[in-house]
Amino acid sequence: MLFYLLRRLFQSAIVLAVVAFGSFMMFRFMGDPVAQLVSEETTLADRALIRQSLGLDDPLIVQFGHFAARVVQGEFGLSYQMGQPVMRLIAERLPATLELSFVAFSLALLIGIPLGVFAGLKPNSIITRVIMILSLAGISMPTFFVGLLLMVYFGVELAILPTFGRGETVDLGFWTTGFLTKSGWLSIILPAVTLGLFQLTFIMRLVRAEMLEVMRADFIRFARARGLPARRIHFRHALKNTLVPVMTIAGLQFGSIIAFGIITESVFQWPGIGLLFLQAISAVDIPVVSTYLLLVAVIFVVVNLIVDMLYYMVDPRLRVGAK
Amino acid sequence: MFTTPLRKLRIRIAAHPLLYRFLASPITMLATFLGAAMILAAFLAPFLAPQDPFDPAALDLLNSLLPPSWQEGGDAGYLLGTDDQGRDLFSAILYGTRTSLIVGGVSVSIAVLIGLFLGLIAGYFGGLLDAVIMRIVDIQMTFPSIMVALLIDGVSRGILPAEQHDRLAIFVIIFALSLSIWPQVARTVRASTMVQRQRDYVLAAQVIGIPSPLILVRHILPNVLGPILVIATINLGVAILGEATLSFLGVGIPASEPSLGTLIRIGNGFLFSGERWLIIFPGMTLALMVLSVNLVGDWLRQELDPKLR
Amino acid sequence: MPRWTLALSLASATFLSAFGPAAANELRFASQGDLVSLDPYAVEEVFTSGFLGNVYEGLVRRAPDLTIEPALAERWENVSPTQWRFHLRKGVTFHDGSPFTADDVIFSAERVRSGASDFKNRLPAGIEVVKVDDFTVDFVTKEPNPILNFTWANWYIMSKSWAEANKVAPPTKGGDTENFATLHENGTGPYKVDKREPGIRTTLEAFPQWWGNADKKGNVDKVTYTPVPNPATRVAGLLSAQLDVVFPIPVQDIKRLEAAPNVGVIAGPEVRTMYLSMNQWKDMLPGSGLEGVNPLKDRRVREAIYRAIDINAIRDRIMRGQATPSALMVAPGVNGFTDTIKRYEYDPAKAKALLAEAGYPDGFSMTYQCSNDMYVNDEATCLAISSMLAKVGVTAKPNIQPRAKYLESVTAPSMDFGLAILGTTPASLDSHIALNSLHMCPRTAADRPLWNKDDLSKIVAGKSNFGGYCNPEIDKLADAILKETDTAKRNELITQAWTITTNDVAYIPLHQTWAAWGIAKSAKVERRADNVFDWRHVTLGK
Repeated sequence: MLFYLLRRLFQSAIVLAVVAFGSFMMFRFMGDPVAQLVSEETTLADRALIRQSLGLDDPLIVQFGHFAARVVQGEFGLSYQMGQPVMRLIAERLPATLELSFVAFSLALLIGIPLGVFAGLKPNSIITRVIMILSLAGISMPTFFVGLLLMVYFGVELAILPTFGRGETVDLGFWTTGFLTKSGWLSIILPAVTLGLFQLTFIMRLVRAEMLEVMRADFIRFARARGLPARRIHFRHALKNTLVPVMTIAGLQFGSIIAFGIITESVFQWPGIGLLFLQAISAVDIPVVSTYLLLVAVIFVVVNLIVDMLYYMVDPRLRVGAK
Repeated sequence: MFTTPLRKLRIRIAAHPLLYRFLASPITMLATFLGAAMILAAFLAPFLAPQDPFDPAALDLLNSLLPPSWQEGGDAGYLLGTDDQGRDLFSAILYGTRTSLIVGGVSVSIAVLIGLFLGLIAGYFGGLLDAVIMRIVDIQMTFPSIMVALLIDGVSRGILPAEQHDRLAIFVIIFALSLSIWPQVARTVRASTMVQRQRDYVLAAQVIGIPSPLILVRHILPNVLGPILVIATINLGVAILGEATLSFLGVGIPASEPSLGTLIRIGNGFLFSGERWLIIFPGMTLALMVLSVNLVGDWLRQELDPKLR
Repeated sequence: MPRWTLALSLASATFLSAFGPAAANELRFASQGDLVSLDPYAVEEVFTSGFLGNVYEGLVRRAPDLTIEPALAERWENVSPTQWRFHLRKGVTFHDGSPFTADDVIFSAERVRSGASDFKNRLPAGIEVVKVDDFTVDFVTKEPNPILNFTWANWYIMSKSWAEANKVAPPTKGGDTENFATLHENGTGPYKVDKREPGIRTTLEAFPQWWGNADKKGNVDKVTYTPVPNPATRVAGLLSAQLDVVFPIPVQDIKRLEAAPNVGVIAGPEVRTMYLSMNQWKDMLPGSGLEGVNPLKDRRVREAIYRAIDINAIRDRIMRGQATPSALMVAPGVNGFTDTIKRYEYDPAKAKALLAEAGYPDGFSMTYQCSNDMYVNDEATCLAISSMLAKVGVTAKPNIQPRAKYLESVTAPSMDFGLAILGTTPASLDSHIALNSLHMCPRTAADRPLWNKDDLSKIVAGKSNFGGYCNPEIDKLADAILKETDTAKRNELITQAWTITTNDVAYIPLHQTWAAWGIAKSAKVERRADNVFDWRHVTLGK
């Protein structure tokens, strides 16, 4: 176990190093950050001064050295654009993104699992067919289009839900939350639905597929033969067995939540890290972009590691085999 | 070289009552028909479209923002109305659909070729080669496709000369999308290959000394084509949406030669000013196209490989 | 669409119950970007320095009609043509309670010229700033400068004691250590920052000890600013009454907003002039594929391009009437503007003839750089111009980019464009800056080539003249205008200069776009033509 863990940690470290280096190299080509910092009236002499103070004149490898040395100490530098520590900028916005992802993901689970169970148990029902086609329609519309339609209808035509931002937030010192105010809850509805829609269909279809498979398994047939009540078979035995793979695969969907989060945050001006990333990309704010990429990589590696550990504990075959 | 596996595939398909099942599924038939009609219309765009929407000299500002022809103030010459540059929306949608299909189709094809090759050798040979390829897959999958595409677009703007950038934008997008799709293909292919590698017939072939490349192409490849077909179809939808999303964010296909995503981005500016046809028609075209691709993909998945997810 | 109107009237009724009323006299406003920094010298950008004008103050300020009026200086006079004496206002306190004195002016004059300050040009080279007593400061210039204080409305005065106590360094960009002034302010202005969350929200409240409170016209005592880059989202926020003031409003939405019961629109021309820059200095025109020839060096070709553009169609269709076509590179309201100079008439046939005459009967192609997030409808304007040029045979396919990448391609050192769309607002609201930075030859001496690689960092005159227009007569005129202290004579020289540049077709002036602000019916706002939002003049009513 310990050996396995160490090995995975070592591999993860390599992945992170590669990500750091790769993303850093990319910025060399992403455009001139100085151009974004100056006005049209700034003289070339002043531009050269800024370039020098940002260390952009150093050879690439020296720049990467500085960057890596600071990162290892937990220092990510100042945003070119906003002149503030990148870590603080990200820390300020992380709660917004995490709360949005959390609500969207909960919506997806709370609606997706029951629908999936139903579709798996009654594969030939008309309702199932309708659900399946609707779910396909759901993932066939681009996220931004769904968001815009929701915004126009509920935000402007009916004017019952806010169209941008988080509403009023409460500062808990280390965390700003929108969960404690009415406007915070109202504000999260549209973005969460937009973001959760894809996950919902994904989870529903996953649960359905697993249910179909489990229902064919021998132990279910035995249970039926023993005359156990249908409800007990479905929920005690079948659902329980589907949930482990569903949860692990759903956990790995984190990347796609972040990806779609960027779009959702941009449509609803949700002040999370996705919006920060989008603004940083167009402003060539290198410290922000590289820190964001590293953060995403770290999250992914950690989630991956946890999932691997779970598998390791659940599946005895892994403990015997080499891998 | 590929005749044998193709024949085998054909036999597999014939053995499978695929056609029968196809005819028994009216929704799939409808989706196929709709998808085929859209593909046909898109590729016949130069003959069907009343205007060349990519030719700036064909646009007249004085015809801008005409409503669809059946609405008050509409012009019979402009079926679905015009955009803010006086571009015929019907023609623009035809051409835009073509762009979206080309981007989706080409990027998925490239992704399948790369993923197939790397997945086969990773799954078959295993060992260090497998570890390296799969770590690359891991790294690649760490980053959502949109992020990858945004970064690639940024880099391409930095290294390509300005006058070339818009002309090359479509290749940049294709590159970005294939880069984000191939890891999935590689994973699927590797998993199927690892299963096949343990099969008796492969072991037998190895024993009698058939060279590895031949085993891969003759015996393993035909058996992984089914899952690939499924994953390719599903990712075609994903790629088309990806292109639209990037163009919507303003980093995709330029507005002088708009794709569906670009048209939606332009239409978005008119969301509150009443010219809603500018966003409704391209949006609905996109949704219908992806829906029919997904319906077909979903059906294929059920028929070819019920366990694949 | 009656349903829409109905929904809106319902909207105004339901929003209050849904969101709860705003706090007493709270102004909630949104614009497209966030202010870059609270440091008033960090970056010269209209929104940031306009925003900070509510928090900080300069020695002078601009009234709603853009005339200069006293602020931290009560009055000033010229002791001699090169010596200006400013008498400071007494009894002014900074937000931290410390008094405002001449030392703060001296300190601000030093800091604004140090480090990576973006406002170094507020004080010309060689100027001496001398403290006469606690409330009198002299500015001694090397040469007479009649417009010295024209750009000072956004040279804000910072507190010396506060800066020293908090170790405020010279303005910085990037680097490792955060500048205290980036996130904290200590101005003398009518509003002080309550909470700043960059990119998310900034809240401010009225400063009770402000020296001008007695004559303050407005009644705003709390301000919440939210950056909302997406225009559709911004408009939605105004329509659903989550916001009181929103700008800019996309021109196409103006009609709809005017029809809405709870919202009004005020629109008017900006002082910024939009223009096309033509690359006339490179030996090879970028994107043309022509070897050793640059068609734009030929005045006839430049006139042909000018005449191919139907500026009225752009005004009517793209801008929906919200633009004023311009014959000059400066707007009405800028000193030296004259309406005696007219635009070249739109005449595609003549344009074709001119092209043929110059030896390009089949036209040519070139790189055409456009932005999509800098000006009102810049992308649509660009595309429309491209289509008009195509009709006379000139292929200019727009290369549309966001601000950072756009400026990188258009400005020095790359200047990789044949045609580029840009906007200019002279900070002093005087023609001289426009002549100096856009029309003087971009070189260090008369015998040097234009935009010479080795001289790049030394080029001052013509520093934004990326098209490389060069006429020595203009250089002479511009220098004369700077030193001339007689107003009538000076204006005559300016008219003379504008006549020459128009005859040369140095640039193609397009128009002054109008800025439209969306305003809730409950608020009264005075819009300034330079798009600075002065909250002192806002009255909120229920």
